[in-house]
Amino acid sequence: MPSPVSTLTEERTQDTPPARPPAPARSFLRGVRSWASVAWFLVPALVLFLVFVLAPIAVAVHTGFFKWGGAGPMEDFVGFENYARLFGDEVFLGDLERGLYLIALSLTVQLPLALFTAALLNRRLRGRAVYRMLFFAPYVLSEVVTAVLFTMILLPGDGMADQLAGRLGLEGLQGRWLADPSTVLPTLFVVMTWKYFGFHMMLFLAGLQSIPGEVLEAAAIDGANAWQRFRSVTLPLLGPTIRISVFLSVIGAIQLFDLVWVMTAGGPNHSSETMAISMFQFGFKRYQVGYASAISVVLFMISLVFSLFYQRYVLRRDLSGAVTTGGAR
Amino acid sequence: MKARSRVRGLSLHAVLWLIGAFVVVPLGYAVISGFKSTGELTANPFGLPGHWKAGNYTGILGDAVFWRQIANSAGIAIGTTCCTVAVSAMAAFVLARYAFRGRELFYTLFTIGLMFPFAVAVLPLFLLLRTFGLLDNPLGVILPQAAFGLPMTIVILRGFFRTIPAELEEAAVMDGCGKFRFFWRILLPMARPALGTVSVLAVVASWNNFFLPLLVFNDPRWQTIPVGVQQFQGQYSTDYAFVFAYVVLAMVPALAFYAVAERQLIGGLTAGATKG
Repeated sequence: MPSPVSTLTEERTQDTPPARPPAPARSFLRGVRSWASVAWFLVPALVLFLVFVLAPIAVAVHTGFFKWGGAGPMEDFVGFENYARLFGDEVFLGDLERGLYLIALSLTVQLPLALFTAALLNRRLRGRAVYRMLFFAPYVLSEVVTAVLFTMILLPGDGMADQLAGRLGLEGLQGRWLADPSTVLPTLFVVMTWKYFGFHMMLFLAGLQSIPGEVLEAAAIDGANAWQRFRSVTLPLLGPTIRISVFLSVIGAIQLFDLVWVMTAGGPNHSSETMAISMFQFGFKRYQVGYASAISVVLFMISLVFSLFYQRYVLRRDLSGAVTTGGAR
Repeated sequence: MKARSRVRGLSLHAVLWLIGAFVVVPLGYAVISGFKSTGELTANPFGLPGHWKAGNYTGILGDAVFWRQIANSAGIAIGTTCCTVAVSAMAAFVLARYAFRGRELFYTLFTIGLMFPFAVAVLPLFLLLRTFGLLDNPLGVILPQAAFGLPMTIVILRGFFRTIPAELEEAAVMDGCGKFRFFWRILLPMARPALGTVSVLAVVASWNNFFLPLLVFNDPRWQTIPVGVQQFQGQYSTDYAFVFAYVVLAMVPALAFYAVAERQLIGGLTAGATKG
């Protein structure tokens, strides 16, 4: 009977000589002992993970079927009513739309900016390390600190943004930034870019550095100009990194909370509200915990479906032997 | 030819300066504004202060509340890091080096955690913590943060543990070294660079967390720096210069940590992203 657990070395380290097969009882006992020692190492992580990561999701699913204010017994079972209400709620549907809008902006503005900066910094250049360190610095700040900083800068009237707009002859923007439903999302996006483009730049730099120089040299010898080399050699080889970067941007947009909560709390008039903000509003400000749980569940389903779909169809080909995976560390 | 490449080099630097200005101007503006009085800030928003006023900064640095928030953030970050790294290292050890039934299943279970964001779980987590009586208790922040840190930490550490050759373990076992001693005395010391990387990631994630401390700590004594900054802005919303000074001081620990641990942080993030 094969022992269910074997260390990499077990065969050679038993005290019984290999010629004599071990008695079944002992083998069973050894199996239990090995299992026990594996369990000893694995259980703390499993318990932590089950209690604080998986159990909350089960709690959310359960609570989402009730109409419940958050205190007292949960008795008012409503089935899928919370979900029906959710998908009839204009604010929630707007959350989805605004999420897509921010994702679209990230993919068309932020990632190209990050890639462009990475390409500039991937050549021999004086002060390269300083630029790199500088561009990445906002990433290590918390979203709250970033949010308060930009709230102050965007203050109507006295803030730097309004003063600057006045001097540049852009009076039309004054007093609007976060206060006007039509400018609030683009303004938030600029702040997100300020904070996160350096992170994507770092990913791209790691990807670029793992592209062997010979490949680009060979293309140059064949007469490809700089743009052609970038378009036909660098970009395809950077594919895995770009796909990861897109994935992280989307997940980031889905869960966006801190920045928006501190800067606008979802306003004015829901025009910058995200799913996480809606969930927080209903769960902690309006005490409709059942409904807020349903939002959590939908948030979870969206991330899960997106992740599985993305890993299945987009990342699959990158999982073995991708250029960037080897060079990243 | 040479002139042309000089021009190109200059325009390259011009573009980088432009991007650099986008990053630096808000930070520099905050630092300088912190040295002004609020009256001067509205009258002279861009220039250097006519009179450098250190009072905003020294006032905050002399305030026990600020230091308590720093201490709370630091304590929670250290607790989270120790917990997540210790527990992950043990799990990653068996997941990397032992063949047992269900191993890949366990590993997949942990990697699922990479896929969904913290915001998803925060409301039910709050309900659970309330049931456990962990509200207004640092463990109520430390344990969930540690749990959410597990997937990334396990992925990175397992990858590293796999690179350590089996011969080493064989030799150790021949010399009478048990599993636990091998793990503790040989594997962990060898894995110091990887442990450094995952620790740095855990510290930064914990230091910057806002959502969970906001919910768990009702008692201001436990407030962490991100929660404190937000409260401070609400409290002194008209004293702009004072708020700028607070924001700048709240940034200092994170930036200092970045300056010290730049290599681990960036290495860990790029590795984590590409492997996860």
